[in-house]
Amino acid sequence: MEKPIIQIQNMGKTFKTANGLVKALDQINLDICQGEIFGIIGLSGAGKSTLVRCINYLEVPTEGQVLFEGESLAEMTPIQQRKTRQGMGMIFQQFNLLAQRNVIRNVCFPLELAKVPKKEAGKRAMELLKTVGLEDKAKAYPAQLSGGQKQRVAIARALATNPKVILCDEATSALDPNTTKSILGLLKEINRTMGVTVIVITHEMAVIEAICDRVAIIDQSRIAEVGTVSEIFSEPKSRIGRQLILGDAIKRVNFSGARQIRIIFDGRESSEPVISNLVLACKVPINIMYAATKDIGGTAMGQMIIQLPEGETEAARVIHYLKNVKIPFEEVTEDDI
Amino acid sequence: MTFDATTINMLKTGIWETFYMVLLSSFLAYVIGMPLGIILVVTDTDGIHPIPLLQKILGLVINLMRSVPFLILLFIVLPLSKIIIGTRIGSPAIIIPLTIAAAPYIARVVESSFREIDAGVIEAAKSMGASTWQIIWKVLLPESKPSLLLGAALAITTILSYSAMAGFTGGGGLGAIAINYGYYRYEPELMWIAVILLVVMVQIIQEIGTRLSKKSDKRIR
Repeated sequence: MEKPIIQIQNMGKTFKTANGLVKALDQINLDICQGEIFGIIGLSGAGKSTLVRCINYLEVPTEGQVLFEGESLAEMTPIQQRKTRQGMGMIFQQFNLLAQRNVIRNVCFPLELAKVPKKEAGKRAMELLKTVGLEDKAKAYPAQLSGGQKQRVAIARALATNPKVILCDEATSALDPNTTKSILGLLKEINRTMGVTVIVITHEMAVIEAICDRVAIIDQSRIAEVGTVSEIFSEPKSRIGRQLILGDAIKRVNFSGARQIRIIFDGRESSEPVISNLVLACKVPINIMYAATKDIGGTAMGQMIIQLPEGETEAARVIHYLKNVKIPFEEVTEDDI
Repeated sequence: MTFDATTINMLKTGIWETFYMVLLSSFLAYVIGMPLGIILVVTDTDGIHPIPLLQKILGLVINLMRSVPFLILLFIVLPLSKIIIGTRIGSPAIIIPLTIAAAPYIARVVESSFREIDAGVIEAAKSMGASTWQIIWKVLLPESKPSLLLGAALAITTILSYSAMAGFTGGGGLGAIAINYGYYRYEPELMWIAVILLVVMVQIIQEIGTRLSKKSDKRIR
C-alpha cells in the first residue's frame, strides 16, 4: 500500500443546534492512500457529507485532527488552509457552477483565485475541457448544459489547480444511470492517468462497486468497517454493511404472536414444491413450526403448521394464495398444536 | 393656466431637478447602502465571515432608520444640509435627506439579492480556497447582478417618490411643482402634468432596470 495522503485521526464533529448538541461524527480514523479511489458509503444522515467537509476544513472538526500530506490542517493559518484547499478539488451533487460565467470562465475560476495569469489560466482551462470532452462548449453558459455536462465542467474546474485529491460529494446522485456511468468512468480515467487520489461519498453501492479500490462504511456517525471493496462485498461484517450490500434479502420478519395455520396434504403430487412456490409467489417468508409429511407412492400425505408473517397484508396474501391453488388449510391457535 | 414659455421652462427645470436629485442621491445611497448590504449577509451567523453581534446591531440600526417616515426625516436632517451644503431649500439640500433615507432601504434590497445566491456555489468557492473578499467580488456581486439591477430599479423609483415629497420643505423638482400648484394654488392642471411626468419617469426607470437585468442574466436561455 502506498503512503497515506490524508490521515484522519480520532476525529469528531459536534454541532450546536437549537435542540442541543448533535454528534455528527465520532472517533473517525481513516488513512487514505496516495493514488487510490476511496469510497465512503452510508445512509443519509450517517455523517458522510460532514466527513468529507472536515477533510478540507469547510467544516472544522471539534475533536481529533486531519493531516494532509502529514501536516495538520488545525495548525495552519487561515491563509495556509486556503492554500491547502487548492490542493484538494471538490465536486458536488448540484454541480455548483457559477451561473453567470460561461464554461471556460468557470474552469478558470479557481485559477483566478490562485492568481494565475489570465493567459496561462485560459490555456490550462482549454486543456482541461479537452480532457473532459467539452472543448466545443467553452463559450456556453451552465444553463445551456445537461446535468452530465455540468458535472464534467465541475470536474475540469476541480482539476484546474492540479490538485492531489478530488473530493466527490454525491457527485452522481443527481444524474441518470448512463450519465453516472460516464462520469464514474471519467473519474477513474483521471485517477489512472493523472494519479489524482479520489474520495467518493455516496449512498449507492453501485458507485463503490464501479470505481473504488477501498471503502469505508459509515453508520450513525462512526466508521462501521473499512476494507478493500472485494473484501467488504464478499463478507460484510457490520450490520449496516450487510444491509447495504445484501439489501432487503436479509430483512428480518418478526413472527412472535403471528397467526398460525395448518396445511393439510391430502394426496397432491409429492413432486410439487408447495411451500417454495408459496414463498416465491407471495414474496414473504413463512416460518415452519411443525411438519409431518410422507411421500406415499408419489402423493404427499400429512400436515404442516406454518406461521404467517406479522403484517396484515402479507398474511392475507398467503391465505389468498392457498385458496387459489386449492390447498386445504385451517387457522389454528397455540393450544391446538 | 396658460402653456406659455415660462410654464414649459418651469416643467423642464422640474424634470432636470428631479433627475439629478434622484440620480445623485441614488448614487450616494448605493455607496453607503451596498457595503451595508454586503456586511449584513457576510457577517450573518451562517455567512462567510460570521460576526453575529455586528450583524444584529447593524440590522437594528437599519430597521430603526427605515421606520422613520420620510417627511419627518426631512425635517430632522435638513439642518444637516444647511451645514454641509449651506442651504436647506432647493434641490441640492434634499440630496442629503434622500441619501440618508434611501441607504438603509438599499442595504435591505442588496441583502435580499445576495441571499438568492445558492449556498452551494459559495461553498464551492470556499472549497477552492477563496478568501472572504474573493467570494464577495467574484461570487456574490457577479452572481447576483441581474437581481441587483432589478433591485436598483425598485430603489431608484422609491427614491423618486421620496423626492416628490421634498416640495413640502422648499425642495425642487416635479414634486415641488405638483405640490406648489396643485396643493397651495389650486391649479390642478399643472399638478396633473407634473404627476404624469413623474409616472413616465418611473416607467422609464423600471423598464431600463428590467431590460438590463434580463440582458445580463445568463440563466435563461
